[in-house]
Amino acid sequence: MENEVKKTCLNRHHRDLGATMVEFGGFDMPIEYQNAGIEAEHNAVRNDVGVFDVSHMGEVLVTGPEAQLFVNHIFTNDVRAIADGAILYGMMLNRRGGVVDDLLVYRKAENEYFLVINASNIDKDVAWIKEQATTFNVKVENQSDGYAEIAIQGPNAEETLKRVLGIDGTDLAFYTFKTLEVENDNVIVSRTGYTGEDGFEVYASAATIQQMWDKLITVGVQPCGLGCRDTLRFEAGLPLYGDELADDITPIEASLSMFCKLDKPDFIGKDVAAKQKEEGTARKSVGLEINAPAIARHGYDVLDNDENVIGHITTGYRSITLGKNIAMALIDSKFAKLGTEVKVRVRKKVFPAVVVKKRFYTPNYKK
Amino acid sequence: MIKYLPSHEYVRVEDDNVAYIGISPFAAKQLGNVVYVDMPEEGDEVTKGDEFGAIESVKAASDLFAPVSGEVLEINEDLNDNPKLVSDDPMKNWIIKVSISDSSELDDLLDQAAYDELCAKESH
Repeated sequence: MENEVKKTCLNRHHRDLGATMVEFGGFDMPIEYQNAGIEAEHNAVRNDVGVFDVSHMGEVLVTGPEAQLFVNHIFTNDVRAIADGAILYGMMLNRRGGVVDDLLVYRKAENEYFLVINASNIDKDVAWIKEQATTFNVKVENQSDGYAEIAIQGPNAEETLKRVLGIDGTDLAFYTFKTLEVENDNVIVSRTGYTGEDGFEVYASAATIQQMWDKLITVGVQPCGLGCRDTLRFEAGLPLYGDELADDITPIEASLSMFCKLDKPDFIGKDVAAKQKEEGTARKSVGLEINAPAIARHGYDVLDNDENVIGHITTGYRSITLGKNIAMALIDSKFAKLGTEVKVRVRKKVFPAVVVKKRFYTPNYKK
Repeated sequence: MIKYLPSHEYVRVEDDNVAYIGISPFAAKQLGNVVYVDMPEEGDEVTKGDEFGAIESVKAASDLFAPVSGEVLEINEDLNDNPKLVSDDPMKNWIIKVSISDSSELDDLLDQAAYDELCAKESH
C-alpha cells in the first residue's frame, strides 16, 4: 500500500486559484476557492454554472465475451435493461449485503462497460472486481490513472459546454453519454452529476482536461471545490460512500432499493437485499429537520424522547439553498416514519428534530 | 490588555478582572459565515484550556477553548439572534464574559506580537 497523497492533473491550477486544499480519498483536493467559498460556489451551481475537478474518481473498464454477465453479477442494477450509450447508478455488494461501493456503469457496448467508482475505494474495488472476475471470461482494467475528469454543473451547463468547449450536449438525455474525438484524444461526455442540477461530466486525458479547465476558468466559470460538492449532493438526497453507505450498511437500509433489481437472476448480495426488502430492516436512512439553530453533523447521536440513542447522523448541514438545519441519519426503523419526532445531541445540548423526506431539494434534471 | 490562545480565542481583560472572550479576526475569516454559536449558560464555570462552546459555520463546527478559568457572568445574547455578528466584527462581538479566578493564568497566553506571528505562519 502506498500512502502518498496523490495529485490530480489540475493540482497546480487549484493552487493558482488560491484554493484551500485538503486530503480526500487519498488525493490532495480543493475544498473551496479564494474570493468565492463554499456558499458562493454552491449558489453558482444552483443558479448558473460551476466546474469541479473530479479527476480523483476511479475508472475501471470491463470487456470480454462475458462482460455483461459479469457486470450484472457484481452490480445491483440491470445493465441488460439499457441501450449502448446509457448509464446506470447502482452498487456493488459484498456477500453480507453491505455496500462495497456505489458507482455509475456506462454501457459502451453489450460486452464493454466503463465503471466509475469512488476515489477512496479504488484499491478495494479493483481488488474486489478482479477477485470476482476469475471465473468469468472478462478483462478488468483499472484505468484510473489514465483519465482525468471535470464536472460542469448547473442550469447553464449545457450552454457553457457548447459555448466554451464546443461540445454539443443537447442530444444527451439524462444518464446517457457519447464518445468524441477532441484533438486526437478520446473524450467521454455524459449528462450526469452529483449536485441535483443539470450538468455534464467529461472524462479525458490530463492534457485535454487541463485545456478545458483553463478555457472554463478564463471565461469566468466558477471553480467549485469538494465543500460545495458535499452540500449540493446532500440537499438532493444523494448518498456519499463513507457517510450514508459503507461495507456494513445495506442498500435497503440506505433506502436505495430502487437501484437493486431483485428480478435479475443473480447478483452478489441479492439474497440479503431480497430478505431485507421482504422483512424490513432494523435501521433505516431518513431525513431530519432540526428545529434549532444547532447543526447536527456526521456522527452525532439521534435520540428518542427519553434520550436513548436510536441512531446517528450520517451527514448534516445548514442547507445553503433552503436555509434550514437538516441532516441524513441512520436510525432505528421504529422511528423512521415521516413526521416522527426525535432528538439530536449536538455536543452537550439536545434539540428536537422531525423525520422528513431525504430529498430536501427537488433536483432539476433534464429528463 | 488583549491576549490569545494558539487556537485563536482572544481574552480582553477589563477592570475588576472581568474578561471578554471571543475569536480573533483571523479565525473568523477562516470560518466564513457563522451560522450558530453554542454558548454555555450564565453561572457555568469555564476552565482554562477546556472547551466551553462551539462556533458553527456552513463548513464545520469549531470548538471554543477558554483562555482563562472563571465563572460565566454573561453570554452575548445578540449572537443567538444574529450569529453572523461574530464574522462581521469578532473583536467587538465577544462571546462570553468571565470573572477571572486566577489572573496568573494570563501570563503564558500569546501577546499581540506573538499572536500575529502565529497567524502569519498559519496563512502559509
